[in-house]
Amino acid sequence: MVALTYHAPTTLDEAVSLLSNATLPAKVMSGGTDLIIQMQRMIDSERLIVDVKKIPELTTASLSAEGLTLGPALCCSKFTRRDDIKQRFPGLVEAAYLIGSTQVQGRASIGGNLCNASPAADTIPALIANNAICRIHGAGGERRIAVEKFVTGVGQNCLEEGELLASIEIPAPAVRTKDAYLRFIPRTEMDIAVAGAAVSVTLDEQGTCIAARVAIGAVAPTALLVPAAAEALVGSRLEDGALAKASAAVSEAASPITDRRGTADFRRHVVGVLTKRAAKIAAERAGEGE
Amino acid sequence: MSEARAFKHIGQRTIRPDGFDKVTGKANYGADLALPGMIWGAILRSPHAHANIRSINTERAEASSDVLAIATFQDFPSVNDAASAAGTLRKDLIDTAQNILAQDKVLYHGHAVAAVAARTEAAAEAALALIDVDYEVLSPVLSIDAAIAEDAPLLHPQLKTEGLVEPADSPSNIAARMELKKGDIAKGFAEADVIIERSYDTPTVHQGYIEPHATVVNFDHNAPSMIWCPTQGHFDVRARIAQLMNMELGQLKVVASEIGGGFGGKTTVYLEPVALILSKKAGRPVKMVMNREDVFRASGPASASQSTIKLGAKMDGTITAMQATLHYEAGAFKGSPMGPGCMTVFTPYDVEHMYVEGFDVVVNKPKVAAYRAPGAPQSEFAAEMAVNELAAKIGIDPIDLRLKNAAREGTQTIYGPKLKVVGLEACLKAAQQSEHYQSPIADGVGRGLSAGFWFNIGGQSSVIINLNPDGTGSIIEGSPDIGGSRASMQMMAAEVLGIAPGKLNPIVADTEHVAYNQTTGGSRTTFATGMAVIEAAESVVSQLKERAAALWNVTTEQVDFVDGVALNLAGEDSLTLAQICAAAEKTGGQISGTANINARGAGPSFAVHLCDIKVDPETGKTDVVRYTAIQDAGKAIHPSYVEGQFQGGAVQGIGWALNEEYVYNESGVMENAGFLDYRIPLASDLPAIETIIVEVPNSFHPFGVRGVGETGIVPPLAAVGTAVADAIQKPVSSLPCSPPKVLELIMAES
Repeated sequence: MVALTYHAPTTLDEAVSLLSNATLPAKVMSGGTDLIIQMQRMIDSERLIVDVKKIPELTTASLSAEGLTLGPALCCSKFTRRDDIKQRFPGLVEAAYLIGSTQVQGRASIGGNLCNASPAADTIPALIANNAICRIHGAGGERRIAVEKFVTGVGQNCLEEGELLASIEIPAPAVRTKDAYLRFIPRTEMDIAVAGAAVSVTLDEQGTCIAARVAIGAVAPTALLVPAAAEALVGSRLEDGALAKASAAVSEAASPITDRRGTADFRRHVVGVLTKRAAKIAAERAGEGE
Repeated sequence: MSEARAFKHIGQRTIRPDGFDKVTGKANYGADLALPGMIWGAILRSPHAHANIRSINTERAEASSDVLAIATFQDFPSVNDAASAAGTLRKDLIDTAQNILAQDKVLYHGHAVAAVAARTEAAAEAALALIDVDYEVLSPVLSIDAAIAEDAPLLHPQLKTEGLVEPADSPSNIAARMELKKGDIAKGFAEADVIIERSYDTPTVHQGYIEPHATVVNFDHNAPSMIWCPTQGHFDVRARIAQLMNMELGQLKVVASEIGGGFGGKTTVYLEPVALILSKKAGRPVKMVMNREDVFRASGPASASQSTIKLGAKMDGTITAMQATLHYEAGAFKGSPMGPGCMTVFTPYDVEHMYVEGFDVVVNKPKVAAYRAPGAPQSEFAAEMAVNELAAKIGIDPIDLRLKNAAREGTQTIYGPKLKVVGLEACLKAAQQSEHYQSPIADGVGRGLSAGFWFNIGGQSSVIINLNPDGTGSIIEGSPDIGGSRASMQMMAAEVLGIAPGKLNPIVADTEHVAYNQTTGGSRTTFATGMAVIEAAESVVSQLKERAAALWNVTTEQVDFVDGVALNLAGEDSLTLAQICAAAEKTGGQISGTANINARGAGPSFAVHLCDIKVDPETGKTDVVRYTAIQDAGKAIHPSYVEGQFQGGAVQGIGWALNEEYVYNESGVMENAGFLDYRIPLASDLPAIETIIVEVPNSFHPFGVRGVGETGIVPPLAAVGTAVADAIQKPVSSLPCSPPKVLELIMAES
């Protein structure tokens, strides 16, 4: 049982001030779909909750020529309804769509998914594949860090006390660039990834891959960027040989565990299959143009 | 039973009387009752799968002002140390009592050890930390192989195997052995041209009812103590508690709440006796509610099994011999459904030579409970997989092979009786002619089929039908409604009385307001309670005729009763049921009919299921693309609910075959005690389950009814297993066909 002190600030500075001056163990709450469940198991007797959903800039997403600026607390159901974003980053939107159930989507957010830092989080590989940057706001100012460096371990991120994830920024992709995210679950929905793979590819006019990013999830303590898999794709037209190399590279990079959701061998194999399939989908999308 | 009989209400798809309250949230389930002054009970559960209890020290809890009562095994007057010393110990109750609250050993992770009551749920949970238990941890026994190994740790040091040819002289984890024979098995194999022998295994699975166990109990010194709970059989809850607590039946009143699924799992008691002890000590009503984790860890799942099947056949498809060795996990205490497993394994076949041996094995898992056709899915899975392989080996269509050897009227079963009229051949022919079976199989898809058998039972049911002065009325029964039975009761009564079903309000009464009813189980309710309803309604009809005769001053023989109207055969007069009721004051008072029966002649229900599955060759993921359940209902009273039973059984069986299983770590802790990781099928996982209702009437029921609730879970395991094997072109022998296991099969060298 936890006694809560609850604040819902309306500005970023106010939120940071609350967090910086906290005398109780503090938690930032977005949708609360992970946090509320975790609080049932917390041993603290008192806790400060800073609800960031009332801060306008944290719950909006804007797409411009520079790219996407995503408010981390924007709920998935609003995010996934944005056709303009889906057109540009279909894989990221698909990943957001996979979180929880329809009901959970009304609360859950991409920033929450990222900060919660589950190894199986669906949006983290998709963010990494898209080169996403975290803009972190603290009492001392702002800093920026790539998503693949933001998550530091199982359930751990690089936020210092008093810091807050202010936005997730994805630079505008080059022409003929698209992403895709696939995860494996034994059922069709309402499950947690046994393995996940996100791929972003850039094609030239002839359909040759000239740039790629490959990220995998649920097969290591954190989502991993796998440069070797990207290198296997670059220069190819995603023929079977290149796909097999990318597939082998992610299986090599993975360090999965055996648990109730799947065996290590199974995860290592399946993450390769997902990478190959996601690369094909991303390439098809990239080839279709804007 | 004439098939030409025309029914007015039977066979219609009426709106169920309990539906509105259930979909609007008005219906009261186990956890919905609150009483004035009510307090909460909580259970301290074992952190170990296998341990001796050196001591349970409740001193700190007793000293706490938060704690209003404490319960341990010693509070069962029928089995405690005092009863033992006085020589009044009820040995048959010891296992039940020890499962409800452990005595000197804990036998599974989550096993209840003690309970406390406090003013709030949170206070009760917190007070559990004040009970000190000293454990001596033992090695857990987590599989049949481990349990029957030479040097296996013993769960019960006194347990000796029953049913051995030579009486056992040393203790064992094998609680019982059973043997069934028919003909001469050696001769049967000698006659065979083809012999196959295969071994199969199935996992521990849970019924997965959505409503957790819950109860509210109010002990009363001066009146019957009230027990409110979701149960399939409140009369049997009463009997069990009376035995455990040395009480008379009349000192207890059990009220069945609405029930959110049971499937056999709500035919026993867990919380109710504990809450009674706490309520008696505290002098307050006590509520106890399990959470989902408790349900998985500490209520009865279905047995894991290992089976070996050996079949012999001639090249023309005549099966000459069928042999099975079946092992069932009982969980912590003896009593798996090994018996029915042995009895059902080969019942779909009319084969001269059969031999079946079964073993009931204790392991450090929760004590199993009934689950829809208990024991049959495990054994018939093995038998049907082997029969399909036999068909492939001989090169004969699997339905043709079954038709050639199908059990029919007069077939001698291995367990005793000869079959009466049964619908297996009709189901096989319906399957063969179905559009599904005739349809081509798509690339990457495998097809499987399986037959299935379950006995069904009758038993004791009691019903009262009361008519009101305006011709409406109530049907007072005692069979908890777990599958739409109130609607069926209305329809059967309405058919006899000739009035609209909605004129009759069906009520599942508590144990004081109707005479004894056996538990809703064994697919008995629509058959047996339905028979009691018909008999009570017929009694009402004869009284209506008498009353009409009195009003007309004619003899009863001169009155006919057709479609709710009494006709004066001596004149032109007629009176409706409502008119006779309105005049009842003048003819001797109001009208009611009762029936107390022990129904015989339950008709077995056979089924055949067809399953098409697509397998992702790179991940092992399965996708059921088409599924058809064909089953003999005798007569479908309410076709929608009969179809619902077929579909529900099919879906639970598909889940059992594809992704459901208890995952234990080496310490015996279940790692997936929640619906996130215990993967029952979701609505989006499966296609609409197609159904074909076959009606081969059961001559022992006035309308021809056979029970339909359980058979439907029997065929899916082998239908799915065979479809997966067909899709990947590799033999399947182990359930569930979860992606990692299927992928391993795919990648294995041929």
